[in-house]
Amino acid sequence: MASSRIEVQGLSKSFARRGEARLPVLQSIDLQVEPGEFVCLLGPSGCGKSTFLSIVGGFETADAGSVSIDGAPVTGPDPRRILVFQEYGIFPWLSVEENLGFGLQSLVPAERARRVAHWVEAVGLGGFEKALPAALSGGMRQRVALARALAVEPEVLLMDEPLGALDSLTRQAMRAEVARLWRRLKPTVVFVTHDVDEAVLLADRVVVMSARPGRIVEIVPVAIPHPRRFGEPDYVTVKRRLYRLLGLSDEV
Amino acid sequence: MKRGERILLPLAFAGALLLLWSQWAKGGGGGVTDFPTPAETLRGFQHLLGTPPGEPAPLLLKHVVASLFRTTFGFLFAALLGIPLGLLLGMSARAHAALNWLVQFLRPISPIALIPISIMVFRGDDLRAVFLIFYAAFFPIAITTAAAASSVPPVYVRAGRNFGLKGLALVRQVIVPAALPQIVTSLRVAAGISWLVVVAAEMLGVQGGLGWLIIDARYQGARTDLIVGTILIIGVLGLGIDLLLRRLERHPRVSWSRHEHG
Repeated sequence: MASSRIEVQGLSKSFARRGEARLPVLQSIDLQVEPGEFVCLLGPSGCGKSTFLSIVGGFETADAGSVSIDGAPVTGPDPRRILVFQEYGIFPWLSVEENLGFGLQSLVPAERARRVAHWVEAVGLGGFEKALPAALSGGMRQRVALARALAVEPEVLLMDEPLGALDSLTRQAMRAEVARLWRRLKPTVVFVTHDVDEAVLLADRVVVMSARPGRIVEIVPVAIPHPRRFGEPDYVTVKRRLYRLLGLSDEV
Repeated sequence: MKRGERILLPLAFAGALLLLWSQWAKGGGGGVTDFPTPAETLRGFQHLLGTPPGEPAPLLLKHVVASLFRTTFGFLFAALLGIPLGLLLGMSARAHAALNWLVQFLRPISPIALIPISIMVFRGDDLRAVFLIFYAAFFPIAITTAAAASSVPPVYVRAGRNFGLKGLALVRQVIVPAALPQIVTSLRVAAGISWLVVVAAEMLGVQGGLGWLIIDARYQGARTDLIVGTILIIGVLGLGIDLLLRRLERHPRVSWSRHEHG
C-alpha cells in the first residue's frame, strides 16, 4: 500500500493560559496529503492554521495525535520540509545569493554557486545577487524566501500565509509565480491562507477549517485545470461553496 | 548645508574658541590665574614631545604607549569574555537564572572604587590597570550582548533550525550575525569607558601613563601647560579610538540593521 506523503491523525493542540483553562486551538485533525499535491488550509484568523504548520514542520509538539512524513514520525525540524513564513525569515545580514545558498552549505562551492545562480534566475532576481534584503521590495524578498526553500529540494513545502504581507497587485503576481514553480517542480505543498481566491487559484484540495478550536469542516477538491482564471464557471462554483462553508455571504 | 560650510563652520568656531581662550587665560577671567594660554600650551606640547637627555624616546611616547597598551588589553579581555558570556545569558534561561543577579550586582560598582583593591591584589602597574579596564568594559558588553541575543527574532532561529543548524552552528550562523550590530555598538561604548577608566586609574595610584603624567606635572611645580597639553592628547587619542570602532560599525555585516527598518 503506497503511503501518503503527509499523514496526520487525531491531532489536537492547546495552549496554557495564566489563571485560566487551557485554550484549545486544534481539535482532532485528520489529513492525508499525497506526494506532489498542493493543499490549502483555509480558515478564519486564529483557527490554528499556523500552529498546524508548526507541528507538521516539527517546531512544536502536539498534545495528542500523530504526524508522519513518508511513514516516519516527525520529531523535529528537518531540511526535507521547509517552512516559509509571512514575515520573510530571510536573513537581513546576508545578500540575496548568500540567503539562497544558506541551505546548501554541505555542497562543494562550485556546485553551490551553480545552484544559487540557477535560483537567482528562476525567481527573476538577476542583478540583485549582492543586494541585501533591505534594498528589495516585499515581493522580491518573498521570492528570495521561496527560492531559498526550494533550493534545498524539500519533499514538503509548508507555507504560512507567505503572501499575506504583500500589496494586492504584488500578491497576484506572486500567486502566479508560486503556481508556476509548483507545476514545474511538483513539491508537496501545504499552504495556509485566509484568502478564498488564493485557495481556489492554487490548490488541488482546500481544507476548510472552523474558528477556534480549529477543526476540519470540509475538504473541497478543486478539479480545475491550470492555469486557472478568475470568473470561469467552475471557479465561481468552487468559490461560492467555500464562502458558504466559511459562513460568508458572496454579496457585499 | 553646503560643502564649504561643512568645513568653514567648525574652523570658524575653533578660531573663536582659541581667541576666547587666549583672552581669558591671560588673567582676564574672574579669578583665573594659572590657566595656560594657547601659546604656553603649545610650549608644553613641545616639552612633552621633546626627548629628555639620557632618554631614548620622547617623554610622552612612553606614557601614550602605556595607556594605550593597558586600554587595548583590558578592552580585548572584556570583549573576549563578555561576548560569550552575554550570548550564554541571552540564550539560556538557566544561565540567566544562575548568573544574572551577580552581573546586576557587580555592574553598578564603579571601577574607581576598585582601584585600591586592584593595586593591593595585583603585581605590576599594567596588570592593575588592565584589570580595572576589563571590569569597566566587561559589563556593558556582556549585558548588551545578552539583550541582543535574547531578542533575535524567532523567525530567524526557526529558519536556521529548519535548514539543519543546531548548537554552536546555529549560534555562529544565526544568533551572532543577528546580534552583531548591537554587540558592535556596545564595543564602541565600552572602548570609550575604557579610555576614561585608564586615565582615572593612572591618576589614582597606577604608575605611568597619561593620567599619571597629569599628576606628575602637578607635583613638578604645577606645570599647568603640561597638564592641559596632556589633556588635549587624551582627547585626541580618545577620538581616534572612537573613529576606529566607528569603522567597524560601517562594515556591511554590522550596518545592515540601520537599513532594515528605514
